[in-house]
Amino acid sequence: MELYRSHVLVCGGTGCHSSGSADLIEHFDRELRKFGIENEIKVVQTGCFGLCEVGPIVIVYPEGAFYSRVEDEDVTEIVSEHLVKGRIVNHLLYHDSVDEDHEIKSLDEVPFYQKQERVALRNCGVINPENIDEYIAFDGYMALGKVLTEMTPEEVIDLLKESELRGRGGAGFPAGLKWEFTYRAQGDKKFVACNADEGDPGAFMDRSILEGDPHAVIEAMTIAGYTVGADQGYIYVRAEYPIAVQRLTMAISQAREYGLLGKNILGTDFSFDLELRLGAGAFVCGEETALIASIEGERGEPRPRPPFPAVKGLFGQPTLLNNVETYANIPQIIINGPKWLQSIGTEKSKGTKVFALGGKINNTGLVEVPMGTTLREIIYEIGGGIPNGKTFKAAQTGGPSGGCIPVEHIDTPIDYDSLAAIGSMMGSGGLIVMDEDNCMVDIARFFLEFTVEESCGKCPPCRIGTRRMLDLLNKIAEGKGEEEDLDKLEELGEGIKIASLCGLGQSAPNPVLSTIKYFREEYEEHIRDKKCRAGVCQALLQYIILEDKCRSCGLCAKVCPVNAITGQKKQPYVIDQDPCIKCGACMEKCPFDAIIKR
Amino acid sequence: MEMIKVKIDGMEVEVPVGSTALEAARLANIDIPTLCYLKDINEIGACRMCLVEVEGARALQASCVFPVTDGMNIKTNTPKVRTARKLSLELILSNHDRKCLTCVRNQDCELQDLSRRLGVDDIRFEGERYDKPVDSFSPSIERDPNKCILCRRCVAVCRDVQGIGVIGATERGFDTMVEPAFNMSINDVPCINCGQCIIACPVGALREKDETEKVWDALNNPDLNVVVQTAPAVRVALGEEFGMEMGTRVTGKMVAALRRMGFDRVFDTDFAADLTIMEEGTELLGRLEGGGKLPMITSCSPGWIKYCEHYYPEFLDNLSTCKSPHEMMGAVVKSYYAEKNDWDPAKTFVVSIMPCTAKKFEAKRPELSVSGHPDVDVVLTTRELARMIKEAGMDLTKLPDEDFDPALGDSTGAGVIFGATGGVMEAALRTVHEIVTGEPMENVEVHEVRGIKGVKEAEIKLGDLKVKAAIAHGTANAKALLEQVKSGEKEYHFIEIMGCPGGCVTGGGQPIVKAKTYMEMDPMVVRAKAIYEEDRNLPIRKSHENPSIKKLYEEYLGEPNSKKAHELLHTHYIKRDVY
Repeated sequence: MELYRSHVLVCGGTGCHSSGSADLIEHFDRELRKFGIENEIKVVQTGCFGLCEVGPIVIVYPEGAFYSRVEDEDVTEIVSEHLVKGRIVNHLLYHDSVDEDHEIKSLDEVPFYQKQERVALRNCGVINPENIDEYIAFDGYMALGKVLTEMTPEEVIDLLKESELRGRGGAGFPAGLKWEFTYRAQGDKKFVACNADEGDPGAFMDRSILEGDPHAVIEAMTIAGYTVGADQGYIYVRAEYPIAVQRLTMAISQAREYGLLGKNILGTDFSFDLELRLGAGAFVCGEETALIASIEGERGEPRPRPPFPAVKGLFGQPTLLNNVETYANIPQIIINGPKWLQSIGTEKSKGTKVFALGGKINNTGLVEVPMGTTLREIIYEIGGGIPNGKTFKAAQTGGPSGGCIPVEHIDTPIDYDSLAAIGSMMGSGGLIVMDEDNCMVDIARFFLEFTVEESCGKCPPCRIGTRRMLDLLNKIAEGKGEEEDLDKLEELGEGIKIASLCGLGQSAPNPVLSTIKYFREEYEEHIRDKKCRAGVCQALLQYIILEDKCRSCGLCAKVCPVNAITGQKKQPYVIDQDPCIKCGACMEKCPFDAIIKR
Repeated sequence: MEMIKVKIDGMEVEVPVGSTALEAARLANIDIPTLCYLKDINEIGACRMCLVEVEGARALQASCVFPVTDGMNIKTNTPKVRTARKLSLELILSNHDRKCLTCVRNQDCELQDLSRRLGVDDIRFEGERYDKPVDSFSPSIERDPNKCILCRRCVAVCRDVQGIGVIGATERGFDTMVEPAFNMSINDVPCINCGQCIIACPVGALREKDETEKVWDALNNPDLNVVVQTAPAVRVALGEEFGMEMGTRVTGKMVAALRRMGFDRVFDTDFAADLTIMEEGTELLGRLEGGGKLPMITSCSPGWIKYCEHYYPEFLDNLSTCKSPHEMMGAVVKSYYAEKNDWDPAKTFVVSIMPCTAKKFEAKRPELSVSGHPDVDVVLTTRELARMIKEAGMDLTKLPDEDFDPALGDSTGAGVIFGATGGVMEAALRTVHEIVTGEPMENVEVHEVRGIKGVKEAEIKLGDLKVKAAIAHGTANAKALLEQVKSGEKEYHFIEIMGCPGGCVTGGGQPIVKAKTYMEMDPMVVRAKAIYEEDRNLPIRKSHENPSIKKLYEEYLGEPNSKKAHELLHTHYIKRDVY
């Protein structure tokens, strides 16, 4: 094995990739060659580090120097200073990664990582996902070896049941039971499938796992195949995840080459292979029966359960379907034992959960925390709080299927059941933070617009009902709301939840219902006072020139695109509200802060 | 049958293993409302009308697809269930073009029934509705997307029962629509016009192209001789439109109604069916003896013909060249009959009352004409005739029985059984047997070709000749049969294919049967039974014994398959594209 004096880890996750990390790698190669040290230093493209906010991220070992927001010209400096001369480039270091004495902290001590416990994301940002040897070096495929040579399917199921792992796709069904149902189901053939159709706006943990540690999923699915008695697996992944698709394809062919997929795996008589199926981006295809229909080549629409996929799934055969994050937990549970997982988390939710932090939060990115961590810890300690000193208003978990959690529940330890109890849900783990500048009517409208668009159209409550709810929200946001609209929204919402065919419709009203529950007065202000306190709903806004502050400079009138502002010298200017399109250009332009919106 | 016990609304019921909650409830005399459900055809749990509460289940369950298990406790009438059902219905209605008073399905609409039954007295959630053009380009089928409730019954029938699938769900969410691909008209896709979608539709989104006005106009035109003929299947179904029990035969009353409406002659397509047997039977013998293309396949069903032209053009030479019976009738009326009665064929107007929407398209085929005049001028479905009778102020049930007009109204039992699957085969055998063996059949009833099995086979001994025959009804069954023939797995001499499942008795132009009725009886069976009764009650049951047929050959055609017969009674087919 070749030895290097330094390793340069460049994040190849989607966030950093889109801010140019691929170019950085090329640049590093070029610079290293320039100094003739390309054989001393190894540049590795890794998966996501999680801290997307400060990407592209480069970490140089053995020092553990954490460079953030690295740009092309920084590479030259890092190479010439750090790698050639051994002098760390202090001004490029991520501010939270050094202590007061400018000493580099270990990654575990960086606030963003301190409270995290990385299980599913274990290898993300650590290994090169395109190299199976690196995965193997980190105990990869050890669990598969153990299962194939030492364990019976029943033992694997017992182990999983004992670990109390629950599915990470949203509903939190006990994984061991699902495996057992599929194992016990009768069928000519069985299938294993992976739901990688991550669709919640803002959630990207499955993507990061597939991009950063694809072999973990492949290993887990192979274990699943052995356990339930399947020889064929499908990974249903969004076509919009090109890097994930590419790394999965690469990983599958590497695994085949190493005899870890295909005939007689590890010399046993167990054979198993995987195929990718690309989804076209329909949110509903994340629903398991719709996903199955889509793999079968049908229109992606859910069908009633029972029969459950474990009994009658793909092509009418028993099918085990778990999501990416669930699978990513499996190999480590096998290696570390069920007690290990049990030791993490809360009474009924064991292990960790990955959350995608987004919205009004300083450290947007991916975090993995033990179940039971509170929202406050995630938002303030890991997420670094809310930008610009604004006040926390609510957090939306579970994406468009979830609900808004107000400040009074910020200390709730998060797990499957506690979130459900406060009207939200775990979902896939999207976590969007909102501050005082967010209008809750607008937030509800945003999420509902998404589900209206993504409804498959099969059952009337979801197809028509969500649309009618959106019509009512639009009416309220436009200042045309009536008192009875809130009752109508609640009646529709509750009705759609009980009448809809699948999880999409059954949860689509949640953002509306939870915001009405916790922020009813904001809705009432919109309806009664025609006022949006956050200043978001355009129709309810007025831009006004304060007479005493206006110095009649005329800049506002000049910048107004619709000529809605008139005035003359020594007289305060006036905005005519009718033509005003509320673009806010005048307010930005006014040098005397004489224009306000209300 | 293994039975299990379930509790429904507190009542204990014994039901067969594998029953759905809906079926179990029916056994307990609880009529759970349904809308998208069509027994054995569309079981998708989409409309949410049949929701029930199942003890232990997290969500409400669609009873039409929910399998019950032993000891299960089901509640069909709880506040939660009623709320969910009524909300779903109200939402469907909020996006439905509620022009009930001017809808063809007024008072015959499952959505209207439900609205009344569930006590919807207000639509509280009004909003945007579909506003799309009506597709009226097809000569057979009209589609009004604004009335469609997306139950998918038509989709399932077209795709699964007929094996065609020219309509399906497009778009998503609120914009979802059931329509042909790429915004095309139903007229521009390989639709066979069978109309099975229409009789599956619970509302007025799909209907036959109405041509009743053309017929009223003709009847009011003193210059025209207006002739009407009725297909065999019409007489066993028309009564249903007047509240009579399914399977009631109303032949005589129907003739009386037509005569009172003002038709100059009321003829029987059964006569032409007998003529078809003479021509087709002879053609078959010719092919058997002269080494012609085999198997020969019947050509009476215009849905099947168009299916063959689109999907199996390689079998076009296997099709009998015989026109379908009503076209033969039209051709005979406008030649032989017109000459005899000194009528101008240009002023002779032939109306066919058919159980079929595909015949509307067929009548417009340019090749089906005599000396420039179309064989048939207008085809009306059974439903259209019923509307005309009602408009004319007649109560069919109270009319006396009258006979068809002489000559072209004379027919046999062989002609009437054309209306059921296997009927053409049976009628042909009755005649061919006698021609080949020179002896009459001992028993004219050939039971192995009857019944509703999708594909039937029979081997019939005609003297030294063993004829291998097969019968398929519904084009999905036809497809299965043709594939076997194509692969060489099966060999036949003679095949009967009907486009519609059950044959003409359950054609796309027949009275619409509600989904609930399908749970109690099978129209294919009940109406066919009436057809066979009609046959049994007729004095002559073999086509070649029809005296008027003999006379037609003597006076005009010469012999079957003569040059004259070919000119008037035979046709050719066209290969058509799929897309």
